Amino acid sequence: MTSLPWLTVLMVIPLLGAIVLMLLPRDRDVLPKQVALGFSLLTLVLTVVMGLQFQADSTAPFQFVESYPWIPALGISYAVGVDGIGLVLVALSATLVPVVILAGWNDVAPGGRSIKGYFALILVLETLMIGVFSATDVFLFFVLFEVMLIPIYFLIGRYGGADRRYAAVKFLVYSLVGGLLMLAALIGLYVVSAQQLGQGTFDFAALVGLDVDPNTQKILFLGFFIAFAIKAPLWPFHTWLPDAAKESTPATAVLLIGVLDKVGTFGMIRYLLPIFPAASDFYAPLVVALAVIGILYGALVAFGQKDMKRLFAYSSMSHFGFIALGIFVFTSWGMTGSTLYMLAHGLSTASLFLTAGFLMMRAGGSSLISTYSGVNKVAPVLAGFFLFAALSSLALPGLASFIGEFLVLLGTFARNITVGVIAALGIVITAAYALKLYQKVATGPTSPAVEGMTDLRGREITALAPIVFLTILLGVLPAGVLNVVNPAVERTLEVVGISDPPPVIPPIVQGGEQ
Amino acid sequence: MIGNGAVVLSEGAPSLEPLAAATGVFAYLWLLIALPLLGAAVLLVGGRRTNRWGPYLGVLTVSLAAVFAIVLVVSLLGLPADDRAVGQTLFEWVFVGGFTVPAALQLDQLSMVFVLLITIVGALIHVYSLGYMEDDPDRRKFFGFLNLFIAAMLLLVLADNYLLLYVGWEGVGLASYLLIGFWQFKPSAAAAAKKAFIMNRVGDVGLSLAIMLIFITFGTVTFDSVFAAAGEANESTLTWIGLLLLLAACGKSAQFPLQAWLLDAMEGPTPVSALIHAATMVTAGVYLIVRSNPIYDGTAFALTTVVIIGIITMFLGAIIGSAKDDIKKSLAGSTMSQIGYMVMAAGLGPIGYVFAIFHLLTHGVFKANLFLGAGSVIHGMHGEQEMRRYGALRSVMVITWITFMCGYLAIIGIPPFSGFFSKDDIIHAAFEQNIIIGICGVLAAGITGFYMTRMVIMTFFGKPRWPDDAHPHESKPVMTIPLIILGIGSVVTGAALLYWGNIESWLEPVTGIEEKPLAIPTIVLEGITLLIVLIGVSIAIARYRREVPVLAPKGNLLTVAARNSLYDDAINEALVVKPTYVLSDGSIFVDERIIDGTVEGSARLVGGLGARLRRLQSGFARSYALLMVGGAVMVLVILYLARLP
Amino acid sequence: MSVDNYIILACVLFTLGAIGVLVRRNAIVVFMSVELMLNATNLAFVAFARMNGNLDGQVIAFFVMVVAAAEVVVGLAIIVTVYRSRRSASIDEPNLLKY
Repeated sequence: MTSLPWLTVLMVIPLLGAIVLMLLPRDRDVLPKQVALGFSLLTLVLTVVMGLQFQADSTAPFQFVESYPWIPALGISYAVGVDGIGLVLVALSATLVPVVILAGWNDVAPGGRSIKGYFALILVLETLMIGVFSATDVFLFFVLFEVMLIPIYFLIGRYGGADRRYAAVKFLVYSLVGGLLMLAALIGLYVVSAQQLGQGTFDFAALVGLDVDPNTQKILFLGFFIAFAIKAPLWPFHTWLPDAAKESTPATAVLLIGVLDKVGTFGMIRYLLPIFPAASDFYAPLVVALAVIGILYGALVAFGQKDMKRLFAYSSMSHFGFIALGIFVFTSWGMTGSTLYMLAHGLSTASLFLTAGFLMMRAGGSSLISTYSGVNKVAPVLAGFFLFAALSSLALPGLASFIGEFLVLLGTFARNITVGVIAALGIVITAAYALKLYQKVATGPTSPAVEGMTDLRGREITALAPIVFLTILLGVLPAGVLNVVNPAVERTLEVVGISDPPPVIPPIVQGGEQ
Repeated sequence: MIGNGAVVLSEGAPSLEPLAAATGVFAYLWLLIALPLLGAAVLLVGGRRTNRWGPYLGVLTVSLAAVFAIVLVVSLLGLPADDRAVGQTLFEWVFVGGFTVPAALQLDQLSMVFVLLITIVGALIHVYSLGYMEDDPDRRKFFGFLNLFIAAMLLLVLADNYLLLYVGWEGVGLASYLLIGFWQFKPSAAAAAKKAFIMNRVGDVGLSLAIMLIFITFGTVTFDSVFAAAGEANESTLTWIGLLLLLAACGKSAQFPLQAWLLDAMEGPTPVSALIHAATMVTAGVYLIVRSNPIYDGTAFALTTVVIIGIITMFLGAIIGSAKDDIKKSLAGSTMSQIGYMVMAAGLGPIGYVFAIFHLLTHGVFKANLFLGAGSVIHGMHGEQEMRRYGALRSVMVITWITFMCGYLAIIGIPPFSGFFSKDDIIHAAFEQNIIIGICGVLAAGITGFYMTRMVIMTFFGKPRWPDDAHPHESKPVMTIPLIILGIGSVVTGAALLYWGNIESWLEPVTGIEEKPLAIPTIVLEGITLLIVLIGVSIAIARYRREVPVLAPKGNLLTVAARNSLYDDAINEALVVKPTYVLSDGSIFVDERIIDGTVEGSARLVGGLGARLRRLQSGFARSYALLMVGGAVMVLVILYLARLP
Repeated sequence: MSVDNYIILACVLFTLGAIGVLVRRNAIVVFMSVELMLNATNLAFVAFARMNGNLDGQVIAFFVMVVAAAEVVVGLAIIVTVYRSRRSASIDEPNLLKY
């Protein structure tokens, strides 16, 4: 491993890009986009280079570690580092940003504003996303968690649809409520650490080592959990999501749902389980119940939606139910499945929102499903990508989401058969709404709005192709991701102190050799 | 258990011989799947550029796969009878905790016969489609989807574990979805495709739950390891696994109660129907049950359920097939019924497994023959599918007529046509097991005789009932040659497989075999069956020999019900679709009014409170000062009171 | 002399100032009342500093004086500006800054 501060570099480059972007002259139209794309691609390349240096079999919990004192009096430091789970999520962020920049090339700001701010905000967001997935200081995590709201607030509130202000404020207030509870719990945690260690600290490793009293855990857990449940949206903390998704531009929605919301589920794995093992165990039935309700409820509501973007939002909520479920059944299958699902959901969200975005752009921006019919006839490539997105969302075997979904269900089933069966029902409803949407939009006679629609252009196909490629690659060859994720999951479960249930009958190994 | 794939063996656990590694020609086993998959990828990704030569590429890949399959079967025959199974691990696929699933293929006797059926019949259907889809602007896509279908089906039968089988399983579902809905501009086709996929999904849930139950019971999902340990599992677990697998099979093989999609699936182009009904898709369920035979061997309850489902579907399909006037739908009913036959046979246990597969193979050939023949008729009649508008077509479509008759004689089981051998074996096995099952089998054979004769008479005999401008004509050689090959196949497959191919001893290492003595001699049983079939045939001749009205007569209650597919849609609508909509609307109501209402309500509460409180900001500086003084006094009072004790 | 007397005096001055602020309408007078309150607290600070024998209270008193001086600068400027535009130094009349 080289001594290059990889993660800091990854965070600085997009930020630098954003600054350069703001310094560009106002009247240039294409240049800001090119600059933004360039900086995001550079980040992606560096992420790949860094990822290749990640040692899957290393015993260290975090790699590419950096730590500098920040507010030493309070035990706060700038400390970053990634484990396998963090790494794949950093990679997801770095992948999706250039894709959305390319896909959002022709996005325009309402009211004739300059568009360069839009791309600058996306780059700032990239910095924060990478930071939040790699922070190993809980306070740093909290700060980034909260600061992330600002670019998203402006991305929705300035560049979104007709009701953008309402949606942005709703999103912000929801998130701030969660953040407030988390801050309270964080301070509580700090106090506990000060009591036990003499000197308070926010260092992740030190906090994991604490022996927090179970009753205290139960209180502090709730603070963190509600913040994460709002972010990830779990039922019933989800109602900001449909509005935010509807009013966002497709690019914003992809980053918001595809990456940012993962911070919630990521936080559950990274912080809730290791720091509050007893409370996690105590609340697991509750969380599992919320998750299962979310799976079915989200799917049912999605089934009845008349608006495409809202449908995607509810479908995401259903998928987040799966992710949370996998985390809180405490099996290596469930948790690895959740991590894979996070990746897969990021990709499927991207393909859904971007194709839908391309479709809507061609029909004057309406996201009502009833506007569209028979797209397949006039724009077969667009319809093909749309179908792919639907299939990716319904977890077709061979695509990335299948492995995640199956592992989650397997992990659940191994723990509790009834819950596993109920959750599995969700996959039928998912198929129903995904295909119903495709049937309404792409098949049948062409509707007036669709008549004369042009098919996808080269730039749009270029934006979607990597997503499609990665979705298939992860479905067929997940080995690379599994190799880095498995050790991190095992370490987390070891901390929680729960192991997988063994099979009923000891399996017979082929060849009979031990 | 966490952390490594290695599993600690208990003392004295039986060891399991690994499959022979694939060497020589078997090292290229993966090519079987890769060829059609490559074809699909090139055709679908290549886009319009491949329009001109694409269809031929599609035909080529499947034909190559068929040739390779023949090479494989010859090589397999060269091995000793007990070693005719090879395994090939392609790469590590999923590995988490103890859940290790490689992408590994397995070619054994059972897979082999499926591979032959899929590739050869598939290749013939591809060739036929060159003619049938000639004028379709999206012909390239059609061949891409067909290739995908073949690849998925091959993956399904070649997988060496349940999870990989599941990939092929849903892949088949996807391909059928694409093909049934191929004419997407027709809303009915799009709806039928969606229906097929979703009903299949219900079955798929069964399969995925079965896989999970298998894993938590046995710690593995590889066929060999699971089957070796199947005897140790307790019976209720095996029963559950068996029932879940049956649910899966019901979805894919259109068995009761998940049969409703099959008739709608006729919305697809006719070669697709042939592919779905003969070589792929519906046979998958039978494959799954027969493949899982060591699990079913441990659970009489699940086996009985399989038989019951098979019998119900067998009669359901036969009744529907007898009443439909659309030639394809009538044939679809017949498929349902014949698959029911196979499922019933599979449910008989080791007595029946072999014959289920045997019938599946002969059925695969003659049903492809019948469907392609029907396609040729439809093509010649410019898309007309109503048999009431056919009649006397034997004079204008000689080749189609003769080949169709071969298929007809095969399906009703006239010796020495192929269906005779396989159907008779099933009936024989059924009588060995239980006389009621046997009687059901014979009765269904009789109904088969009735509806198939009805179809043949209405289509090829009697007076012409087509409109004057119809001009029916024989199809081109590219369509008739596959028909001729399949026609010959309908005649000889049964005898060839039974006597020359020795199907029973061939499959025995996989399925096991069992025979029970029978009270009546075989020849008498065959005679009785034949008699019943002939009675069915005669009833049909008696009814349809005379004038067939172009408009369907009202018919009795049963006919009307059968014409409506025994109201399966209405039942599904009432039991599943409506409740889903109600639940969905209910959830939306809860979401918008109750949950979001609470959120909005709390926002409004804060807003309202603020609106009232701001009245305090009256603009009079002295009132502010008064408030401040009041506040300070209050603080002082509280401090004073708090100090008291 | 006990510190009580100083404290009582400071309280009386403070109360007088507070009442002045509440009841007088003329901005200048209100202003002077505020000064009275400030000086009452200064007196208390100095008295306590003396009582405790350290300089903390005196330092605070100096702070208060500086703040008071700054306040006078800003406050008088505002009052003069208001008087120019309204021809009145009543504190009740400028009530534009309300809900």
